[in-house]
Amino acid sequence: MGALMVIFSLQPKQRRKTDSVEDELELSAVRHRPEGLEQLEAQTRFSRKELQILYRGFKNECPSGVVNEDTFKDIYSQFFPQGDASTYAHFLFNAFDTDHNGSVSFEDFVMGLSILLRGTVQEKLNWAFNLYDINKDGYITKEEMLDIMKAIYDMMGKCTYPVLKEETPRQHVEVFFQKMDKNKDGVVTIDEFIDCCQNDENIMRSMHLFENVL
Amino acid sequence: MAAGVAAWLPFARAAAIGWMPVANLPMPVAPAEKNKRQDELIVLNVSGRRFQTWRNTLDRYPDTLLGSSEKEFFYNEETKEYFFDRDPDVFRSVLNFYRTGKLHYPRYECISSYDEELAFFGIVPEIIGDCCYEEYKDRKRENAERLMDDQEDNKDAKLPNMTFRETMWRAFENPHTSTMALVFYYVTGFFIAVSVITNVVETVPCGSAPNQKEVPCGERYTVAFFCMDTACVMIFTVEYLMRLFAAPSRYRFMRSVMSIIDVVAILPYYIGLVMTDNEDVSGAFVTLRVFRVFRIFKFSRHSQGLRILGYTLKSCASELGFLLFSLTMAIIIFATVMFYAEKGSSSSKFTSIPASFWYTIVTMTTLGYGDMVPKTIAGKIFGSICSLSGVLVIALPVPVIVSNFSRIYHQNQRADKRRAQKKARLARIRISKTGSSSAFLHSKRNGLFNEALELTGSTEDEKRLSKSTSLLESQHHHLLHCLEKTTVSAHTLELALCHNNILNHEFVDEQYYQQSYLEGGLQNYPSRSPSLSSQDGVTGTCCTRRTKKHHTPLPNASAPAHMQPLTHTHTHPQGLQELSTIHIQPLSTSRSSLNMRVDEPAPLNCQSSQITTAIISIPTPPVTTPEGDAHLPAGPTHQNVVKVSAL
Repeated sequence: MGALMVIFSLQPKQRRKTDSVEDELELSAVRHRPEGLEQLEAQTRFSRKELQILYRGFKNECPSGVVNEDTFKDIYSQFFPQGDASTYAHFLFNAFDTDHNGSVSFEDFVMGLSILLRGTVQEKLNWAFNLYDINKDGYITKEEMLDIMKAIYDMMGKCTYPVLKEETPRQHVEVFFQKMDKNKDGVVTIDEFIDCCQNDENIMRSMHLFENVL
Repeated sequence: MAAGVAAWLPFARAAAIGWMPVANLPMPVAPAEKNKRQDELIVLNVSGRRFQTWRNTLDRYPDTLLGSSEKEFFYNEETKEYFFDRDPDVFRSVLNFYRTGKLHYPRYECISSYDEELAFFGIVPEIIGDCCYEEYKDRKRENAERLMDDQEDNKDAKLPNMTFRETMWRAFENPHTSTMALVFYYVTGFFIAVSVITNVVETVPCGSAPNQKEVPCGERYTVAFFCMDTACVMIFTVEYLMRLFAAPSRYRFMRSVMSIIDVVAILPYYIGLVMTDNEDVSGAFVTLRVFRVFRIFKFSRHSQGLRILGYTLKSCASELGFLLFSLTMAIIIFATVMFYAEKGSSSSKFTSIPASFWYTIVTMTTLGYGDMVPKTIAGKIFGSICSLSGVLVIALPVPVIVSNFSRIYHQNQRADKRRAQKKARLARIRISKTGSSSAFLHSKRNGLFNEALELTGSTEDEKRLSKSTSLLESQHHHLLHCLEKTTVSAHTLELALCHNNILNHEFVDEQYYQQSYLEGGLQNYPSRSPSLSSQDGVTGTCCTRRTKKHHTPLPNASAPAHMQPLTHTHTHPQGLQELSTIHIQPLSTSRSSLNMRVDEPAPLNCQSSQITTAIISIPTPPVTTPEGDAHLPAGPTHQNVVKVSAL
């Protein structure tokens, strides 16, 4: 009997801790309203109607006006049910969260999308470089690339044909570096990256792939 | 994929640009969006209430009615909206499902109407969100139980042709079905009571003779008690054997709880009969008598409350188990503590831990006999903690059991009430049904009458008689009429050569069916040219329909002896006749009777009382049926009689 009572008394303390964390979050992420439609129209390359559609979808999923990383991972994972998209979503989140405040507001979201869907090839490549450069120091190292590569392969999941082997991401990184790293200094700078991509037909073509989305 | 997330697909696709530089192979071509529509508002008009939403919202769930092209069937061109003739309140939940991705079940809504709406809109109920799912499942289960109760009641309906065995089993299971069963029920109940009372009184000390010590009545009046016991056991044995005989599945019956109780109740007696002489086992024999008390459980067949109690205990098995388990734990803990606390004191009753169990149990259940009492201070402290915790541990699972019992008990009450009201309900339903069927028959009569009148060309009667039946009704009647015309008796096809008959099965009024069954059938008549009415001259086939010809039908054979066996119909050679005869059938058109004796020529029996509509003969004005002349001989002598099918 006493043992039971002791066990029961332990539980509430843990719950209280998580409750307080959630309370903090609630207080901070209250309601964020985006800037006016006109401003966004000026800053991005979307038309008014497109912005309306985007905002409706955004607000539906995130009523509070901002996306935090967990929700972001959640949403992104729904598109890749067979694998684990959380790592890649983490990198994506960092790429979208341009002001690095831990949450993606509608403006960040729309700016990112504007570059990806309506931007010039230069801007898109810039964005991709930014994505790969995890610590934002201007260089892509092999380790960073390996992380990205593993994240991408994780999204594929375990049930692939042929079965993915452990060293496949590593090999892929090697190929990438061989292609991109012109001066063989072990890192890829933005200029090397952009030059190399612009010379590659496949990449150029794929940059235009999603232009008619939205 | 959840609904709202579909809105983020453009984002996911855009983010795919992040893979491009890494990829080694060229990407596949993106699907082209043909006629890319700007998102538009759709208006959904549900019984007058207009709902509007984006088309994209509905497209999120393409396997439902609203999300697929199925909704185009409901598109109203003039008003440019989708019209659904359904409940607008439930539609609210349905539309919210598209908007939020979560389906909610409103509590005030009736479960079956909600289910129907979901089925209509093609939404699977399993999607209901966790917030409302429990409620939904509970209501659904309650509803199913209620329906099952109703169905079980229907099973009680007496089936015709039950074997003796089945009747007996039914009598055993439901004493209300017949008087015999009720008598049997009460007799067994009485004997169970007698047996139990005997067992009890047996042990009461009866007055003793002055020099002897008190003996229980059982030993004083041994013979009397033995006789009573024998009588009761006789009855119980007979009852058990009869049930065993009547049971549809003997093996299952033998395994059922009630039969085991029956067996256990009567077994001690028989064992006692066998064992009386052996001294050694008489001790065991005495113990066996204890089992006689199981006879009292036989009362559960007689009392529904007992059955409910048993069922409740069974359904609360887990709560009871928990109660037992927690009690055991507590007992062991406290017994140990008390034992060690009282170890010090001399002359302590707490000689061992198992001995302390008794103290713990008595204290926890707040009985407190006082035969074992702690003497040390520590013992007293722990003793008081023990009694306090006992109250708590016992009080916790009990409400669960009580609520279960209450629920089952009320369900049973409801079922009983419904069963009692069922008769009245069924009677009312039957009245409304016969009302509608007699409406059909009535208008059928009118309809045919109209047709006949059309043939005769007398319009004023027609105007008088034609009621304004709605289009729906008239179409329904036409349908039933077609069915009548279609159904052909196989038997008569064989006779087609001789008689060229077609028999139609016609709808008959129940009342007339009854009458006819008693009184006999009637016949139809043929032709205008008697000479042609004989069988031979008749041209082959059975009547085709020409304009408004109705075929002559049936021989109505009548079953009972005093009726005149009938039959015989006759045909009309097609070419010659303009008018077909419409046959009156007041009577038995049951298929069984139709199969009887088709070929006998029979005196036609026109039982006037049964025919209610006019017999119209062509040249003469319509005559109402009750005609004096009952007998119309077959064939030749009778001319031009057109009879309207009467019901």
